[in-house]
Amino acid sequence: MSTDLYAVTVLGHDRPGIIAATTAGLAQLGLNIEDSTMTLLRGHFAMMLLCRGGADAAAIEQALAPLAANGDLDVAVRPVTDEPTPAAGGSAWVLTVHGGDRSGIVSAVVAEVAAAGGNITDLTTRLAGELYLLVAELDLPADADSAALEGAIRSAAERVGVTATLRPAEADEL
Amino acid sequence: MSSERVAGWSETELGVEGRVLPVVCAPQGVLSARGADVDPTSAESVQLAADLVATMRVSPGCVGLAANQVGVGVRMFCVDVTEHPKTRTQHGTFVLCNAEVVESSRNEKAREGCMSVPDFTGDVKRASRLTVRGQLPGTGETVEFSTDAFEARALQHEIDHTDGFLFLDRVAGAHAIYPRQTYL
Repeated sequence: MSTDLYAVTVLGHDRPGIIAATTAGLAQLGLNIEDSTMTLLRGHFAMMLLCRGGADAAAIEQALAPLAANGDLDVAVRPVTDEPTPAAGGSAWVLTVHGGDRSGIVSAVVAEVAAAGGNITDLTTRLAGELYLLVAELDLPADADSAALEGAIRSAAERVGVTATLRPAEADEL
Repeated sequence: MSSERVAGWSETELGVEGRVLPVVCAPQGVLSARGADVDPTSAESVQLAADLVATMRVSPGCVGLAANQVGVGVRMFCVDVTEHPKTRTQHGTFVLCNAEVVESSRNEKAREGCMSVPDFTGDVKRASRLTVRGQLPGTGETVEFSTDAFEARALQHEIDHTDGFLFLDRVAGAHAIYPRQTYL
């Protein structure tokens, strides 16, 4: 059996049954769903899943074509390669930024993370009324100066009129 | 014993009528700035303490309210978790000024909301055993007491407010924020 890996993305108007229809199409082809994520972004359905199996991309697109038939959902399939597991040794952090909405908040803050060699591993941003909120999880290299990064992030946040906190991601080993 | 003193305290000690004040919401700057230390014996503090309790009382489900949530940047808050099902130890209604955490242990994660962040809830890890120190409004006496479970969580949430932090600043990760459900 092939071990080809495909990324399937489904974006568009939300309604009940999208996940059921998508996964039924994949199951028909004998594809195995590995990592996936789905959320609503301002009410829009947004899902990406990685699936593995013997079908080719054209067959997957054909199996999922009925989903897009109404024209209100975009479905895309593309082959991806397996990614190496990142090396351990750094540290995990959680960053929260919140304040009055304006353009440039995300770019101002994440530029500091990138400059410190930090890698964002998960990101959520939300806008509710006037309140803009960003929560990110990030990995810092072992030699990173987290205090200096926190200072740089706070300064960047201040320049765009928001507040930021950076704290270690805590995991309780049981 | 401070614990009994706090449990025996009520807003009637203040001797003034509390007024219901409007609650401010993020991103108001007063919520993100550490409040000023306050003189618990001043007439303004006594009135503010009564106002906080009055505002908490009329707000459904509200178990605590900090001064900066009503737009006043000072370190004062009220708490009353008496009716909450997750409460174990509780000290009834009380107001603390210039409060700080003395000791904390046994972290537990739970979902929190806040009147000043009406559109979100979030998972926050907080100590479930807590000792706090603060001053009572009116007399200004310093009290130090221990509590647990939901009252411990409420106290940490309110002390965070006095330091200029929202629960958003403590959430466990990128998927620990939830839009609050609204059913029309």
